[in-house]
Amino acid sequence: MNIIVIGLSHKTATVEIREKVAFSPNQIDKPLRDLVALDDIIEGVIVSTCNRVEIYATTRDIAGGIARVKRFLADYHRIPFETLEPHLYSYHSEAAIRHVFRVASSLDSMVVGEPQILGQIKTSYGYAAEYKSSGIILNRFLHKAFSVAKRVRSETRIASSAVSVAFAAVELAKKILGDLSDKTVMLIGAGEMCELAAKHFLNSGARGVMVTNRTFERAERLAEEFGGEAIRFEDLFEHLHLADIVLSSTGAPHVIIGPKEVEEVVRRRRFKPMFFIDIAVPRDIDPKVDDLENAYLFTVDNLQEIVQANLAQRNREAEKAEEIIDQEIGQFYKWLSSLEVTPTIVALRTRFDEIRRAELDKTVSGWKELPPDAEKRLEALTTAIMNKLLHTPTAVLKKAGQGGRVDLYVDALRQLFELEAAPQENGELELEE
Amino acid sequence: MSHIFFSLTLVLYGCATITYLAYLSRTTPTLATWANRLVMAGFAAHSLATIHRFSSAGHLPITNMHESLSFFGLAIVGTFILFERRYRVAILGSFIIPLALLFVIASSAFPTAIRDLNPALRSGWLWVHTIMAFIAYATFTIAFGAAVIYLIQQHFLKKKRLGALFQKLPSLNTLDDINYRCLTVGFPLLTVAIITGAIWAEKAWGTYWSWDPKETWSLITWFIFAALLHGRMTTGWRGRRAALLSIAGFLIMLFTFIGVNLWLPGLHSYK
Repeated sequence: MNIIVIGLSHKTATVEIREKVAFSPNQIDKPLRDLVALDDIIEGVIVSTCNRVEIYATTRDIAGGIARVKRFLADYHRIPFETLEPHLYSYHSEAAIRHVFRVASSLDSMVVGEPQILGQIKTSYGYAAEYKSSGIILNRFLHKAFSVAKRVRSETRIASSAVSVAFAAVELAKKILGDLSDKTVMLIGAGEMCELAAKHFLNSGARGVMVTNRTFERAERLAEEFGGEAIRFEDLFEHLHLADIVLSSTGAPHVIIGPKEVEEVVRRRRFKPMFFIDIAVPRDIDPKVDDLENAYLFTVDNLQEIVQANLAQRNREAEKAEEIIDQEIGQFYKWLSSLEVTPTIVALRTRFDEIRRAELDKTVSGWKELPPDAEKRLEALTTAIMNKLLHTPTAVLKKAGQGGRVDLYVDALRQLFELEAAPQENGELELEE
Repeated sequence: MSHIFFSLTLVLYGCATITYLAYLSRTTPTLATWANRLVMAGFAAHSLATIHRFSSAGHLPITNMHESLSFFGLAIVGTFILFERRYRVAILGSFIIPLALLFVIASSAFPTAIRDLNPALRSGWLWVHTIMAFIAYATFTIAFGAAVIYLIQQHFLKKKRLGALFQKLPSLNTLDDINYRCLTVGFPLLTVAIITGAIWAEKAWGTYWSWDPKETWSLITWFIFAALLHGRMTTGWRGRRAALLSIAGFLIMLFTFIGVNLWLPGLHSYK
């Protein structure tokens, strides 16, 4: 039995293509049923997110299975096969396992380490389980993928650092101010990055926002949007001591906040630390503010550097994650291979025994005067020969099953002896979880 | 028997120290879990060693330098475990546990023989007075660790060097909280230790206060932490200033605890 993966992602297809092949979660039952109704496709799971559409399936016939699933994707979405095909990738066997483990661990994501993908795969698997399109192998496979992803998250720091300027600002604020739930943000001026950062602060639990702008109406509009308080620009310094986090991006030609003012403000706050982020060019906040003991000033460049460093760190951590995945692939592949061993041995024995019985019957019935207990003896003799003949191949096969490289043997045996048995549910050798 | 537990303690604290230092420089999060387990095991062994010594000596094992330093180490590790639980700051162990190990190693440099208890010390006050003092010292040691990390973090923030170590160390706010908590726990305990000491002195030596070097230096220590606590509560001292004072307080406390015993003979020297 083989696992195959067919799909496309942000790496191989533009959003225009991706949205055409996306599956709606509301009507996922039909494609799932169609998928497992395809020839040679036994189990199937469909993962569909805004960055990727992937189908995981099991099949006996790798090339045929992959071709049929590709065709299915095109036909189901009524896209010409020739248009879709160049964007599709496909993996089978070990490569397929690696791919899914990597996707679940967020190593294949647009932003490496982003956490959503695991939840999305879990949901997709949930549908497949609900509509019974996944079976013994994919169940085990996806649960394994989830546990690998969990291991990657807990044993590496792949998702532990911010990779956008706005998030970096939030992380930094937490490093200075601790819990943000009792902290207030002051927004001076407007600007996309400032507003984005303010949004992130609110999402991270900040208590409230004050907004000030040279045009009071703009301040009011923004304040309304954030559920905050609008402050007249002239009153800035009357309110500054209430802010723990100050985001500034005005178009002012000179600095508007200097060290003297901040020193005064900090004293008014009984030395509670303040975090300033200056996004404006030219600067709004005098760099000397950073020399004050309880004021921490960062510019966009500072934040950008943090983001770059964090990205580099994620890539380093990704290497560790790949090692973990390598280990886990070996384990899972062993289990997958062992699935085939027992039914193959059973089928082989059955085939041998059929031949033996047929020949024995022929001989015995053609014999006129049979000495007493001759039939018994012939039975014993033929059984002994059969067992001797089967002993070595059985042992070799079992050993190969433990080593994880059994598919060659299984395929050869099935073809040489024309064995037909499908893997049985109980053909599962125990595997350490 | 006590010796076996004591050796085991040294080995476990040693391993914990190595693991904590590795945790400081490596990015593997599981190292913290292991370091924590080693510390717990070390603390258990250390407790057993102390209990065993207590039962074979028949008195609280804090009557000579060996016992005192070892007991100090035990108090530090115990307090650290509580703070780690409360604030989830495993990284504090990278600073505290090596220090505790140092004290336990130092303790083994002193004669370990069990001696009969000095008759002057045969009193229930020994328990209250010394245990309070030891826990107070241990919390000031934690405050010292948090203060050192605070200064490191602040340095990183001011120099904009926000690397892996910065990411791993706790927030300034958490460190300042720990510092404050240590102070609010340690200072009352130190006060009680000094008061019970005075009452006991009156009973044993006939006078509440005799300006013995230990008493004098304890008072100096008390004043430093009193000043810090006062500053924090009234004018909002915090952060760097609090950190620097905690470090100064810790160093003077250390002198009160060890230096006085070694170099300034007086009523409290029981070598």
